[in-house]
This record gives sequence, structure tokens and C-alpha cells, in this order.
Amino acid sequence: MSRISGGIINRDAPISFSFNGQNYQAFEGDTLASALLANGVQLVGRSFKYHRPRGILSAGSEEPNALVQLGRGARLEPNARATVTELYEGLTANSQNHIGPLKRDLMAINDLFAPFLSAGFYYKTFMWPRAFWEKLYEPAIRRAAGLGRLSFKPDPDQYDKGFLHCDLLVIGGGAAGLAAALTAGRAGAKVILADEDFHFGGRLLSESYTLGDALALEWVETVLAELNSLPNVRLMPRTTIFGVYDHGIFGAVERVGDHLPTPHKGLRQTLWRITSKQSILAAGAVERHIPFANNDRPGVMLAGAMRAYANRWAVTPVQSARDPIAIFTNGDDGHRTALDLLAKGVELLGVIDTRADAPRFGDYEVFASAKVSDSKGRHGLAAIEITHKGQPKWHKVGALGVSGGWNPNVHLSSHHRGRPIWDDDLLAFVPPKDGPKGLIPAGAAAGRGCTGDALSTGMNAAITALGILGLPAHKISLPETLSEAHKQEAFWHVPATAVDKKRQRKRAWVDFQNDVTVKDIALAHQENMRPVEHLKRWTTLGMATDQGKTANITALAVMAELTGKTIPETGTTIFRPPYTGVSLSVLGGGDIGQNFRPKRLTPTHKWACTRGAVFVEAGQWMRAQYFPKPGETHWRQSVDREALAVRAGVGVCDVTTLGKIDLQGKDATEFLNRIYANMMGTLPLGKVRYGIMLREDGALYDDGTCARLGENHYVVTTTTANAGLVYRKMEFAHQCLWPELDVQIISATDAWAQLAIAGPRSRELLARINDGFDISNEAFPFMSCAELTICQGLSARLFRISFSGELAYEIAVPARYGNALIERLIEIGQDLGATPYGTETLGVLRIEKGHAAGNEITGQTSALMLGLGNMVSKKKDSIGAIMSRRGEMATESKRLVGLRPINPNDPVVAGSHLLKLGSVLSLEHDEGWITSACYSPHVGSAIGLGYLDRGDARIAEHIIAANPLEGQNIRLEVVSPHFIDPEGERLRD
Amino acid sequence: MEFSGFRVIKEALTSHKGWKALWRDPAPQPDYDFVIVGGGGHGLATAYNLAKTYQKSRIAVLEKGWLGSGNIGRNTTIIRSNYLLPGNQPFYELSMKLWERQEQDLNFNSMVSQRGIINLFHTDAQRDAYRRRGNAMHLTGAGGTLLNQSDLRKLVPFLNFDNARFPIKGGLLQQRAGTARHDGVAWGYARAADKLGVDIIQNCEVTGFCIKKGKLLGVETTRGYIGAKKVGVSVAGSSSRIMAKAGIRLPIETHVLQAFVSEGLKPTIPNVITFGAGHFYVSQSDKGGLVFGGDIDGYNSYAQRGNLPVVEEVIESGMALMPMIGRAKLLRSWGGQVDMSMDGSPIIDKTHIDGLYFNGGWCYGGFKAVPAAGITFAHLLATDTPHDTAAAYRFDRFNRGALIDENGAGAQPNLH
Amino acid sequence: MIIPHPLLGPRDAQEFTYLGDASLMARPDPYSESAEAEFCNYVYLRDNPAGIHRELWFHEQGDRSWLIITRDTLTHEILGAELVSADKLKAGL
Repeated sequence: MSRISGGIINRDAPISFSFNGQNYQAFEGDTLASALLANGVQLVGRSFKYHRPRGILSAGSEEPNALVQLGRGARLEPNARATVTELYEGLTANSQNHIGPLKRDLMAINDLFAPFLSAGFYYKTFMWPRAFWEKLYEPAIRRAAGLGRLSFKPDPDQYDKGFLHCDLLVIGGGAAGLAAALTAGRAGAKVILADEDFHFGGRLLSESYTLGDALALEWVETVLAELNSLPNVRLMPRTTIFGVYDHGIFGAVERVGDHLPTPHKGLRQTLWRITSKQSILAAGAVERHIPFANNDRPGVMLAGAMRAYANRWAVTPVQSARDPIAIFTNGDDGHRTALDLLAKGVELLGVIDTRADAPRFGDYEVFASAKVSDSKGRHGLAAIEITHKGQPKWHKVGALGVSGGWNPNVHLSSHHRGRPIWDDDLLAFVPPKDGPKGLIPAGAAAGRGCTGDALSTGMNAAITALGILGLPAHKISLPETLSEAHKQEAFWHVPATAVDKKRQRKRAWVDFQNDVTVKDIALAHQENMRPVEHLKRWTTLGMATDQGKTANITALAVMAELTGKTIPETGTTIFRPPYTGVSLSVLGGGDIGQNFRPKRLTPTHKWACTRGAVFVEAGQWMRAQYFPKPGETHWRQSVDREALAVRAGVGVCDVTTLGKIDLQGKDATEFLNRIYANMMGTLPLGKVRYGIMLREDGALYDDGTCARLGENHYVVTTTTANAGLVYRKMEFAHQCLWPELDVQIISATDAWAQLAIAGPRSRELLARINDGFDISNEAFPFMSCAELTICQGLSARLFRISFSGELAYEIAVPARYGNALIERLIEIGQDLGATPYGTETLGVLRIEKGHAAGNEITGQTSALMLGLGNMVSKKKDSIGAIMSRRGEMATESKRLVGLRPINPNDPVVAGSHLLKLGSVLSLEHDEGWITSACYSPHVGSAIGLGYLDRGDARIAEHIIAANPLEGQNIRLEVVSPHFIDPEGERLRD
Repeated sequence: MEFSGFRVIKEALTSHKGWKALWRDPAPQPDYDFVIVGGGGHGLATAYNLAKTYQKSRIAVLEKGWLGSGNIGRNTTIIRSNYLLPGNQPFYELSMKLWERQEQDLNFNSMVSQRGIINLFHTDAQRDAYRRRGNAMHLTGAGGTLLNQSDLRKLVPFLNFDNARFPIKGGLLQQRAGTARHDGVAWGYARAADKLGVDIIQNCEVTGFCIKKGKLLGVETTRGYIGAKKVGVSVAGSSSRIMAKAGIRLPIETHVLQAFVSEGLKPTIPNVITFGAGHFYVSQSDKGGLVFGGDIDGYNSYAQRGNLPVVEEVIESGMALMPMIGRAKLLRSWGGQVDMSMDGSPIIDKTHIDGLYFNGGWCYGGFKAVPAAGITFAHLLATDTPHDTAAAYRFDRFNRGALIDENGAGAQPNLH
Repeated sequence: MIIPHPLLGPRDAQEFTYLGDASLMARPDPYSESAEAEFCNYVYLRDNPAGIHRELWFHEQGDRSWLIITRDTLTHEILGAELVSADKLKAGL
């Protein structure tokens, strides 16, 4: 056990948890990492490539090493960082990326072969024989690669999405963030303060400072109490701002339930989209390490993290309290860790300082101008070699803290592609000047990490932001801080001595997770992979789960040393969202299943349910596909019955989903004449006309009917799929092209329930609900329309149009009456054989009639192909008319034909290609394809529609329908696309 | 230097001292026979093919940043030849065949992985459309298999078969399709081209063209004037910017496409899967990350970054399709410039300026085309005649009405 | 993105549908001698600038007005927004 005194943990609230099957105890306030350290666990994982033993490196979200499989069952989370995993009762964690026990990982054999696995080696081999890549090499690589594993079960937890708006978003709740939030909060601004940690305070929690005459923690608590009392301030702990998007929008994840044994009401995380007028980046800084030979052993830790573990969590990273700790540093910061450890009574070997003029701040040994040059220890650190005054000497230690300087967390400030700026004094990149608009860096994130600076820059950033917001800003009284020593030298890594061959073989890690060493960088340099992006991609540096937070700058420095360039000349990588890993569940709303898209229900949905309808998705709509009757075991039985019932008697189908657009105004006629390719301007009152619309590029866009209900009043229908799009195009045409036309357009698709009543007895059925409107063939012939009342006073619109080819009507009533109307029609039409039919029968009927639908109007086809070329009027201009006549659009030879199998038992399969009899199956001989097919109970065989080269001239020709995909080759006869009533007598009857 | 397993072993035993630079960093010559603008996959492959296939010399590739820094440097790495239209399918099938011998041709392992791509369908109409497409693939020898739901349950059992808003009814599989390591492709071509004497000049931005009497004489660059007999422009999202310098307007808009990768995971998804009822496609990289993407953001952009709604939309689609990925974490997202053309298909053609050639309009699908674009653009540059498989990719197809519109979306790039 | 609607104030871009370059408002004269060529340019060619772009957005999930947004395609900064109808009025239509 390595628990020491103090800390922000609740020793009255013990928590038990397990790691790799072993049970341990820790306290409320611990992270999984501090809890493991408290129990003397140093070895927590394995590296990606060489499977080297790995321990905890950091105390924050930058952690590259301590990744675990968290939880179990469907809640199993791979790659969870132990350093930010808040401990809860019963937490279960397991190490990952090893075969066999963690201590005896079989994959550790990779480390023996490390010389063969140099940077980019896989680009140079595994090429012979070719087939072995998929069969042998790749599966082996894939099994070895990757880190954690998924449970393969759907995520059982709930995820929320929410929107927040504020004047000022403060990112990070350390000294700078708290000062900023307090300044802005007192000024009355609407403030959100977010921090990824579960406890506000940032580094203040990890330091032994006093602020004024109080401990830092006390100041934090006082400020938090005031912020909590301000109604205009929202505190969001456990919340990571992961990305900066346009116009002041930030992506944030609040971990609402990750710290609970089971999330409250199942809610695990919330995705917030925060829109903020101004923002302050107070995200702190991350410490660098200093690569030296074998610097990757468990027990080697960032010195600042070691300080945090001692001060906040009251633990040291040693397995036994008797093991001494050493600090390796290139600056004053390492000494602070030494002082804090000393104050806690920890056994200290001393501070190894690379500087010749290394200072001493207390009663501990200082090795000036010294380096750590090697380490030992199988699963944890046992000894380090200190090279001091040219002499290497081994020292027994239990842990080593390494401090190589601090990198401001500039990430969010470069999410808009501004390049961070190198600061020679700080030896670090600071936020760019051209960062996201409204984002002001402060504190350590701005390179102002000393506590006094952090407080004042935080406050000043808030004052600046308030000024921009036009809110009165006042300084707040900040606590007094002690001046902090923060000198450091540019010392980036410990090179191997040139003479010693044995030493040269040793490796110094830069990127711990991906096993990128100083040597790999040198090899990249040797192979001319020098631009920083090449370096990164060639070696995989910075591509691990931590995105190189503790590695990238050090690597740049090593490359700069090799090229003789400065670090800024060598480059910097771009930071991209997310700042830290964000669960796919929270971004995607969890296991959304059926709720992936809204369901639009037709007005007759309820009734269709009672009739046992089978539904089918049509875009967002759920439409009745067919209505099985008792005893019908196959959908074809139902559909054949429904289709025959329509042709013999009468059927009713809900066609509400077709788009309905209502146009009114004195120029509505002229407007429609420009929208439709065919002549609409001559449509008489009370009449309906079939119309086609083109895109401006000349392709066929949509078809439907246009009904003139009044002098200046039209209702047009569109296909289901294009309902919204045609409406949008009409508004475009009106607002953007012809604003001078007096026309108003609204979409009325959802306002009206529309039923098709089709079949020779449809007039009879209609008569039974009609209030007295004359629907005789003479008074209301084919293609008539009218407004009337039915069912004793219900307003309705009646259209005599037919998709099925039968005598047919479509009747529209206000949507809320749709359900009652279909119920009534089927009930009172029983003796007429009134049969409800669904989309499947609708399809059969329209294929039999040769009417086009979505399969024929694909956006790639033209009016010409449908045989409607003449409909594109030359007497007037309309959208797409000019382009439809150009070049190859005008000479297109494919035409819609009907297709029938020579052998009536053969199927006709949509998607088959059409070829001449006896021709070779190749692209050159491809003459068309089958667009739609069905079994026609009317014809007594399968039938189809298709586009065929010169199809209109090839009626009665026998051709081949080739479906090599499914091994079919079927002989068909080309016929007219009108399988029933080609003269159109039925619908005029 | 030949790359081989033997060489890797030898170098390992001699402290890697023998590895040489993968390519030179030459200073630009005063003039070249061929200047390729753009050191991405297409540009590098074109230069390689000019030198190798067409035996040309005095070739330079000019790259504004570092080679491979464009879309080849960040994409979802899918290679396939599962197209529908006759203008496209032979071209992509040529590309597929070249992918199949990529490593041997270039002596560089770009990890071409023929793990299969499955395009899922969710309605009967979609099935019919995929059947038409699958048969078109068979007509060019590209192959393909129509899978029903039970086939899929065996192959990819983790899909949401039982609680989906849009039920998964089946899929079109092209087994020969798959992925390739995108950087490896750029490097493989760069190294091979360099070996053949091609000058790859990095950090060299073209700032203008020198055109006299309708004839191109050379290019102005940030590293000085470079004379050229022929210039081929292959700059993807920057197409309009570069061609505007020659006074040419293009049927292209530049949009932002986001791509995503998760943290590394043990083997999860064995092939490439595309969702047919939402915008989502996914594969798993050899390193273990789930590599996925969806639709473009939908507005003109050169900002190289996208916005949150599309991130959510793409991942919602992913969760709807395979809810088992929920506990994985998003690691990184990108926004790339894509050259969206007016019919969704590319252009490989001469311009009206003598000596100026253009290759672009690849939308978000240029990666899979790299080998074939390299050969066909080189063919055009070398012979002044279009390659057979790229004959449909002419500028004049828009005016002729001979469009190659796979989606039937018309002249609105953000719908392709 | 946030679209500053001239009537409705700042609105989330998700309420809108994007069309493209505002030049799409300038439909050529269909009766011109060279109408076909002009239509080809109108339908297919774009300036596609890297920088200031005047473009059409439709407030589809809102008041259904078409807007002309002036936006920098390099930074996404929005420099102006007006109703198409207001623009047409200015142009004397």
C-alpha cells in the first residue's frame, strides 16, 4: 500500500472494486488510477506494438498507457482511461491488449523482434505471394493490432441530446476558469463553466499552494459556492468540450452516469450543443516527459502527475513505501514535486536536473547537469541509471517522476485550422492569433500557467469578453499568490552515447502507446519522411488514443535536432475534434433502433392496423403494403386477390402520401405553365391534367396531376418521394426566378386524406356517400375534378383520375376524417366487393397499365424514354425544356416497353439487363434493363416494364433478360407497356 | 533499393543503416516536358505512368504542401468497382484490376485488402436497383453477389436485423472490393516515380499559368517560373481555384466531406459495409480503428472542417445500423475539400488551352480511382487522345447531354 | 452554423436547405438565339470561389423563404443575409 496523508478523498467512504479479477479497496474521490496506485498496482497494461509492460503515466485525460476494459456485459467499454475513471462501488476493470495473463503476455514476443518491426516495416514486406495478404498477413496483423474489444452487444444505456445557449462559455475550471467564471458571473452574464474533471479546481487540487491565507482548495470551494448561488451561472463538471464548430457552437459531452454503478434512469451521457457568444479557453496544460533508454517502465510517471497523486489522492506510485522516488527534470517544476513529496514524508532519492545551474529549493539531493540514462525492472521500475559528471551509476528506486516542461492545451484554439505559435521562452506552442472567433485563451492554456498569472489572465479574459458582450465588467479581488519558480532549459531527450554500441541498441520512447522511439524518428529522417505529417504517418507517432498529447512536441524537437531546423520550422500537427475520445453512443443517441427516423402514419393507419395490414416503409411513411385475409399464407395470395377485386369490382387504397401542393393567385396558371413541361395554361376549370416536370438540365423529374378547382386555384399532386422537393423547387421558381408572378404556394400533403376508389363499380360505391353531386359519366367524365360534400356535409375534393387503368376516383377529405371514410367505404361497399388494397397491389395495377413510377423516373431518364417526348411543349418555355432538346438528350433511343416471358411460368426479374437473343453477355451488347416487374393475375403470368433501345420499334421481338448476378437467363417478348385496356376505355367508362 | 521481407531482416540485423530516402527532394529544373500540378494520389500516379507506361521523361510533380497532403492523406480508403453506368464501370474495373497488382507493380505494400464491400438494401425498389447494378458489374467482369438477409446474418451478424427502422433485406457484395492504406498508396507511387526520375517538388505552389496565344508555356510557382510543354492539373478540391488562373470555369463545386475514426479495437468489422437507409459506411483499419463517413456537409467550403450536425447524423446512422459500436469512442474527425461535379462523375480531358489538361471532379470517390486515373490521365497527356475507359469523362458531356449521373440527382453537387 | 435570418433572427443552419451559387437566380432568356449555350453555362458552370460566396439557402423548416447568404467559404463566416425577395425588389423586379 502506498497511501499517504492528506488528499481530497473521503476516507469514511471506502469503495471496493476489482482489477483483473482481484478485489481491492479505495475511497470515494479516487480515480481508478489512484486506486490502483494506492493498492501498489504498477503494471496496468501493454503497449500497442511491442506489448511492453505499461504503468500509469499521467493523472489526466492525456493518459496514453493506463487503458482498460471497463465494466462487463453489454456495458463493456474498451480503452477507458483509468486516470479519469471515477471510482464507484463494484467497478470492474480488466487490462487489455494481451494474450494470457497481463504479466505473461504471449504477444510480448513482439518486443524480441522489435528490430524487424521498425517504423514503416509493413510497407516494405508482406507482398509475396499476393493472395497471402488477405489470408495470412492481414488477419495476423489485425488480431495483434487494436487495443480493447467491444462486447458486440447493443449499448443498453440511454443518451440525451440537449441545446444550451449562453453569453460566455468557460472551458476548464482551474484557477483561470474559476476567476473568469466568477468575474463574468458577478457581471450578470449567462455563464457556463465546464470541466472534464468531476471536481472543479484543475491543477489547484493537485498543488500544495496557498492562495491568500487559505489553502487553494478552500479558495476553490468558496468560489464554487458563490458560482452555485448565481442563477446566471451553470456549472458543468464531468463535461468535456470536445470541439469548436462554426459561429460559437461547441460540442460537449456530460458524463452524467459514468461514475455510478448503474446510471440513474439509465442515462449515461448527454451530448450538448452549446451556443455561446464568447468563450474562454482555460483548459490548462499537459506535461511532457523526457525520453531516455527504457523510459517506458511502469513506475516512470510525469512529475506533475506524481505531485497530483500525492496531493489530491494521497498516493505514491511505488509498490512499497520503502522504495525511494527520484525526479528527472529539465526545469524548476520537477523540484516542486520533490518538495511536495518531501513534505509528505516520502523517501526521496533526489532530483536529477539536466541543467548545470540546477537550483535546490529544499532539503534533498540534486544531481546537477545529470541525466537518467537507463532503467531496469521487469514489470515495474526497480532501478535507474543516473549519468552524473560523465559517470553512469545505478540507483534503486520504486518510481521516477519526469518533468520535461508543459504544453499549453491549445487544441480547441486550432480547431478552425489556425496554427499554434511557438514561444521560445515557454518552449511550447501557444494558441494562434487566428483561432476561432470569440475564443480567448487564458491561464496555462495561454502559456500563463503560474497561479497568479492564471487567475489574472482568467479574470482579464472575462473582462474582455464582457466588453464585447456590452456588459459592465468589474475586476474581482483575486487572492494573493506566491511567485513560482518556472525556469527550464530546452532539453528534449537523453541521447545514447555515441561510442557505446550496446547503449545504441537501447530504445527511448517518445510515444508510449504506439511504441514510437527516438530511433524510429531518426529512421524516418534517414528515409526522408521529414515533414511532420510524414513523420507521424510513417511512424504512427501521435496516432494513438491520446493523439500524441504527451508525445508530439517532443518528437518535433527530436526531428528538429536531426534536420538542424527550429521546432516551428519543423512544423506542428493540426488538432482536430474531438479533444478526447467521445463515445459513439452519445454522438449517435445510443441504440436508437426504430427511432432512427420519425414514422409518418397515414390517416387510415389505425383502421389498417385493425384489418391486419402489413406495412412497408416508403421514405418516412409507413404504408399498408397488403391486407392478408385469414387463410392467406403468402403475400402473393393477398395481392392477387386484391388486384383481381379491383379489376372486377372496386377497391380502396390510401394514397395520402402523394404530395399535394395548393396554388392560388391570379398568375397561378402562368406559373404552372412554366413549371410543367406540358401545356397547363389551357386547363379548363373543373378539369385535371396529367403533367410532367423536368429538371432544368432536361431530365424527367416528377409526374402527377394538376387539378383546376377555381379560376385562380389549382391543386397538384407529386410522387410520394418528391413531395417536399417539388414544393421546394416551386418556391425557388417563384421567389428566385419569377417573383413578379402573383401566386401563393403551400404544401397540403398532410392536410388532406386521399383515397383511391378504383374498379368498375367505383361509381356505385361513391354514390353511396355522395351528398347529391352529379357523378354521372356525362356530368363528371374522366379527368374531372370538383369540390363537393359527402356523408351529409363533409367537405371533400373529388378527382376522376386513374392509376390502375380502371374507372376510378380519388377523393380527398380533411385528414382527420380519413380513417372514418375508409371504414365507411369498406363497410357500405361490402356487397360491391369493396376491397382495401395496399401498395403492392397498387404496383401490380400500375405495371399492368404501364404507368411509370419511381423505378422508371430515376432522375436519369427523360420524357422521351417514357414515350412522352411530345409532351414537352415547344409553344412555351418551361423549366428544363431547352436543355431537354439538346444533343444526346434529343437522340436518346431507349423507350419504355412491356415485357412478357415466352414461357408463362418464367419469372420476370427487375434489374435484369436486356440483350438481343444470342448475343454475348457484355457491356457492348447491353440494350436496356427491366425497371419494374410483378406477377399479373390479369395476364396470368409475370410481366415487366423496362427501357429498351429503340423499344417502341421492337414490339413482338424476343429478347433475353440476363441476370448473371443470380444465374438467370430468361427469354421475353417485347410488348406494349399497356397490358390492360390499351385504348383506355375502362377509365372513361 | 528493392523492398522485401529479406531486406527488412537484413536491415534489422545491421541497425537499419542501409535504408535510403524514399524519394529525393530535388530543386525544380527551369523546364520540363510534363508538369503535373498536385502531388496527391492522382498526380503521383499520373507522373509514374507517364514515366513507366508511356516511357516519358523530364516530368515534375508540383505539390503545394507535403506530398500526399490532400485527400489521399485523409480518406476512408475504400476501393471498389461496383458502378452502374457504362461510362463509369469499365474505368473503375480497370482501377480494380490495377489495385490487384499494386504492390507488385510498385514494390511497396499499400495493403490492398480485398475484404469485400456490402451495399445494404432495405426496400424492394433498392434491391431491384442493386440487381441492375450488380448485373452491370457482371457485364464488365467485375463480379458481385446478391445476398439475402440470411446470408448477411452469417457474414455480419452484428447488424441491427431485429429492431431496425428500415429493415435490412439484403445486400450487394463485391468481394474483390475492399480497402487500401491511403498514405501507402501515395508513398508507393512517389517512390516508384522518383526512381524513374520524376522530380517531386514539395512546398511548391502554382500561382499562375503562362499562356500565350492560346498555348500554355509554363507555370508560375512559389519557387519560380517553370516551363512546361504540357501541364496536367490534378488538384481535387482546389480545381476551381487553379483552373481559374487559366480563366477556366468548371462544372464543379468544392464541398467539405467529414471522415471519422474510432479508437483502436480488436477485430470487429470484417469488411466494408454501406448503409442503404442512412448516410454511413464503415470499415476497420488494420490498426484497429473503425474508419467511417457519411454525407458531405452540403455547402460550398474550402475550410477543411465540417460541423456538428453531420457528425451526429453520420453516427446516428452508424448506431442505427450496428448498435454494438456504441461503447467505442470517436478518436478523430477530418474535413476534406471534395471536388463535387455536376453529375457526380469525373472529368479527364484537354482544355481549350493548348497544353493544359485537367483531371478532377472526383467528388468523394477519387481514392479508388487513383490507379486508373493515373494511367488514363497519363495516356491523355502522352498521346493527346482519351484512354478507352475514360472516353466518357469529357468536358463536353454536359453540353451534349451525355451525363454520367449514378444517383440521378442532376446538376446539384450536394445531392451526389 | 447559425444563419442570421433577416426576419427571424439567428436560426440553426439545420433548419435550412442549401442550393448553391446565387447566380442560379439569373435564369437565361429562353428566347435568346444562343439560349442552349447560355443554359448549359447557367446549369453547369460555377465560380466556386475560395472566399466570399453569395449563395441560396431555403428556410425549409421555417418560414419557407429563400435567402441570399454572403459567406466566406474559407472561414464559414457569414457576412450578410437577405431575403431573395428583398434583393429582387432592389433590382427593380
